Amino acid sequence: MHGLTYEEFLSQLSGFLCGYYVLVASMNGLFALYRWKRHGEGQLALAWSGLGVVTLIMAAMVASGNPEIVKYISFNEGIKGFIDTLMSPTTYSLGSLVILGVMFYFREVLVRPNVAWLGFNLMLLFMGMSMADSDFAAIVTKPDNVPIVGLIFLLAFFTWLATSKAVVNDKRIANGELPLEATESEKEKVLVWPDLVYTELICMVALTALMLVWAIVLQAPLEEPASAVKTPNPSKAPWYFLGLQEMLVYYDPWMAGVVLPSMIVAGLMAIPYIDFNKKGNGYYTINERKFAYLTFQFGFLVLWVTLIIMGTFLRGPNWNFFGFYEYWDSHAVEAMNNVDLSQYVWVEFLGQPLPKPDPEASFLSKVLVIAQREFLGILLLIGYFAILPPLLAMWDKKRLFQPMYKRMGLIRYMVMTNLMLWMALLPIKMLARWTFEMKYFIAIPEYFINF
Amino acid sequence: MPSLGDIIRNSQIWKSIFRHPAPVDRRNRIVVMLTNFFLHLHPVSAKKQGIALSYTWCMGGVTFFLFLVETVTGVLLMFYYRPTIEWAYTDILTLRDATSLGILRELHRWGAHAMVITVWLHMYRVFLTGSYKPPREFNWVVGVILLLLTLLMSFTGYLLPWDQLAIWAITVGSNMARATPFLGYEGPGAQLLTVGGIDMITNASDARFGLLGARFVGEETLNRFYVLHCIAIPLGVALLLAIHFWRVRKDGGISGPM
Repeated sequence: MHGLTYEEFLSQLSGFLCGYYVLVASMNGLFALYRWKRHGEGQLALAWSGLGVVTLIMAAMVASGNPEIVKYISFNEGIKGFIDTLMSPTTYSLGSLVILGVMFYFREVLVRPNVAWLGFNLMLLFMGMSMADSDFAAIVTKPDNVPIVGLIFLLAFFTWLATSKAVVNDKRIANGELPLEATESEKEKVLVWPDLVYTELICMVALTALMLVWAIVLQAPLEEPASAVKTPNPSKAPWYFLGLQEMLVYYDPWMAGVVLPSMIVAGLMAIPYIDFNKKGNGYYTINERKFAYLTFQFGFLVLWVTLIIMGTFLRGPNWNFFGFYEYWDSHAVEAMNNVDLSQYVWVEFLGQPLPKPDPEASFLSKVLVIAQREFLGILLLIGYFAILPPLLAMWDKKRLFQPMYKRMGLIRYMVMTNLMLWMALLPIKMLARWTFEMKYFIAIPEYFINF
Repeated sequence: MPSLGDIIRNSQIWKSIFRHPAPVDRRNRIVVMLTNFFLHLHPVSAKKQGIALSYTWCMGGVTFFLFLVETVTGVLLMFYYRPTIEWAYTDILTLRDATSLGILRELHRWGAHAMVITVWLHMYRVFLTGSYKPPREFNWVVGVILLLLTLLMSFTGYLLPWDQLAIWAITVGSNMARATPFLGYEGPGAQLLTVGGIDMITNASDARFGLLGARFVGEETLNRFYVLHCIAIPLGVALLLAIHFWRVRKDGGISGPM
């Protein structure tokens, strides 16, 4: 959307944003009605209708398309600049981890309908107020990025739904009751025609309507004809692979593009065979399977989804990091001087030059020189995958690892711990990069093995 | 005087298709599930909890429906599209600018994005309800393969419009294959695979070459991805879907407390 003045940008956007706020207002109105009629929460209903009125006023303000008016309902440059300077790959990744962790800890409060609704409103308002920024709008309204915005809201909704069900069930289980799904009235059998068939039909009709509206409103992107000589900057993979592309910052392609994706697939397939916990089969619960739950959420929400969001919205030209409201400047330069572990060991610590294998020497002697050069990284790797799991089992006698080892046996225990260690490699590599500017733990460019 | 509806329902044609009265009473609601080809995927009855929308989110069903949408719109798109460098891009332009009801490509593209998302949500639900636990372990594995194939279908389709977005996304994605251990010519170990001093793995024989049919994303790639996208992967998906659904029934129906 660059090349437009801010007024032109606003006049293009105001119609959409006005409709957006009207939608937010009507949802708040309906929610207020629902809380009042169904749950008798008069005061809260009043508050929600108040919010509805406020968003309706915002709709009117944005409809004016006048920058002097719109500036009251958008973030000012100071706040935007502050958010942008705060944001970096480090704060973004750690921040999402902390936020999700806090949300998990306070889940019993956060799933309450009124609290969750407030959170939903905050998300919508953040989105709406940010849309008035042309750089933010340019990224979010890119046709192929719209599904990811949808994904964020859908994940928020379904995570709320699942968590609130789990919270209810966990309370029941703690009181010695059965989970809701296991009560007699729920286990009662009903005929699939009409009870399921009609649900499916309604889902199909609703989905068809949604798809038609989406297809009419938003045109599929079509750029210039393909040209092998004009490389766009940034060149991005399809959005669902952007988590993998983000891993390229920390790993060489053979890891980020081949080994780690294969481990993800293998790890997913292995889940039913390493989760020996018989509880939590067929109903929502968190407390009965906390370890499995947290492991999965860490892999899915923290690693997979937040990295996709980062790769889509925050990675610009040259794969540099840009805040939400920053212009994607293709001339921005980020200094990169990352150091290999062997460099630290030989040059910084021992004060010697790096051993170099003689290119004419035999294969075996080359390997020996390389092994000598990279010994610390290789030892760390062996220790990490082979020695750490038994140590964990010996050290943690009561809570997690030793009981697991006893129930799973050696092979399954090693498979499970190794899969988890593979998953943990990415955050470890990230931390090493941020704190020690670590490039590779093992650097063997002679054989393309950089790790 | 019988109504028109009665005449139709009593006609030989109608009765040859639907062999029982309308499913308005208990008996015929059972019979309809047993005699209708499409409905017989379902059981006759199910636990109330297992079919609750708030429990299943209907995401598996939505994903299957989107697969059907993709199949139908995909076949229609194939009428208008030729997978060659000369025509691919112009055919898409024509489709956008000159074909009536020109939202086919939009339906197909947004449907594909939506399908990726609904597959994830389906797996999310299955995990959160622990529905992969015995006896459904293997069906989860089938589901993981279906996830992979869904991503591959979307990925191969991404190339077909043959615009800048398409070839560079595929270039970025497929460059990874160059680094496959042993099988990619920039991958670790590849240079060990030599016979009599001749490299076996070169940029004209490695994994990436196998994927692209060339050293770079070109004519051969377009053809290869077209065939994968329209025939090979959907056939695999159809087979695995059949197994997936069959196993849902065989492994104890829609999940619920054991």
